[in-house]
Amino acid sequence: MLLYSSITKKVLMALAGLFLVTFLCVHLGINLMLLRDDGGRTFSAAATFMGTNPLIKVFEIVLFAGFLLHILFGVLVSFQNRAARPSPYVCSNNSDTSFFSKYMFHTGIIVFLFLVLHFIDFYFIKIGLVAPPPGIESHDFYHRTLLLFSTPWYSLLYIVCFIFLGIHLNHAIQSAIQTLGWNHSKYMGAVKFIGSAYSVFIAAGFSLVPLCILFFK
Amino acid sequence: MNFTLKIWRQKNATAKGEMVSYNVKGISSDSSFFEMLDTLNQQLIESGGDPVAFDHDCREGICGTCSLYINGRPHGPVKGVTTCQLHMRAFKDGVTINVEPWRAKAFPVIRDLIVDRSAFDKIIQAGGFVSVNTGGVPDANTIPVPKEKSDAAFDAATCIGCGACVAACSNAAAMLFIGAKVSHLALLPQGRVEAAKRVEKMVACMDELGFGNCSNTYACEAECPKGITVVNIARMNREFLSAKLFAEKEKIVQDSL
Repeated sequence: MLLYSSITKKVLMALAGLFLVTFLCVHLGINLMLLRDDGGRTFSAAATFMGTNPLIKVFEIVLFAGFLLHILFGVLVSFQNRAARPSPYVCSNNSDTSFFSKYMFHTGIIVFLFLVLHFIDFYFIKIGLVAPPPGIESHDFYHRTLLLFSTPWYSLLYIVCFIFLGIHLNHAIQSAIQTLGWNHSKYMGAVKFIGSAYSVFIAAGFSLVPLCILFFK
Repeated sequence: MNFTLKIWRQKNATAKGEMVSYNVKGISSDSSFFEMLDTLNQQLIESGGDPVAFDHDCREGICGTCSLYINGRPHGPVKGVTTCQLHMRAFKDGVTINVEPWRAKAFPVIRDLIVDRSAFDKIIQAGGFVSVNTGGVPDANTIPVPKEKSDAAFDAATCIGCGACVAACSNAAAMLFIGAKVSHLALLPQGRVEAAKRVEKMVACMDELGFGNCSNTYACEAECPKGITVVNIARMNREFLSAKLFAEKEKIVQDSL
């Protein structure tokens, strides 16, 4: 992995990232089922399907591999990038660039920490590594979610994390397209627009669930 | 005009450097940044001090020798020009101007504001050329070149190799430079012959020299004095991937005797 060239590392990272981006959309679709007023039947059915379908089980492994690849390469290139300028400038950079693009590593760390929390809250309970809170079964994601989001600070933390994910995605999508070499004047404008719109859609969509639970349930 | 200059002074490659303040007075707004530094150096020489070392050659914006990281921007605040084409009218009277060398592991400081940019030469030596047999001059239009490709190749070829892209990049990456050099040759029929080998060798050399990876912040494009665009980086990535994935392998014929 260390011996891969700079561009190979970036391309693998971009491909893994784009896969994770599509996964977010699927995850959001299931999350929004929480908002259906049927006592969690639709959501639980979807959660059971995702937890038992053999094809999804295979994709779960691919998904973990995608996360691992993206994170490992992300950390690796970030360290190499820091090593490429051992003595920093006295006067910090004033170049005309997009502000958030310089903070992909930082927003990535926040998203990673959120991922750890998210695993402790849900996945580890499902696989039995962490005991579920009293009165809730290990596979009952619906009530588990309601319980978590009824705590305002948790909901706020969740929303803040998704704002950071949105910031990460805003640069990530067009950046992945550029890394894969698909920059062309014909469609790069559209790619940037769609990337930004998608990042807002993901951040707003995921934030909608805690907001609705907090204020309407 | 009067200015306070904060300039990076460093005796040699191994010495520890620091920012040193100087005052220059009575500078014409029409003088170039280098003429202003010449005035400062004259003052320093007359007072028995050590003049500030900086790179410069043509002072016409075409050779790529000059550098300087001025107030956090390579080649200073004016877009599309090198430091030698920067004039003091771009600054307000009485301001403080920070002047630093390019900073990158691959561009070590030699003295004061001069850095060693021979890393770029090594990258060119790795593949930034077309191997041709010198012979008679071919007739014009023997090799047809589409106008669009010739325009794009020419735009890429305007890169003067100053290193502002590396200096501006938050990762000290040289992707815009190599992207320009790869594009300039890969777009033309004469360069296609060695395109796959060229891009692989140049990228490998770039990695070896300790340049960073591209994170697509596009500071390079914003600061390039020749307006080289990041489309060239995407083209290099395409060239690199197609070389890695689809390049023909050399056929080795075994001698049956």
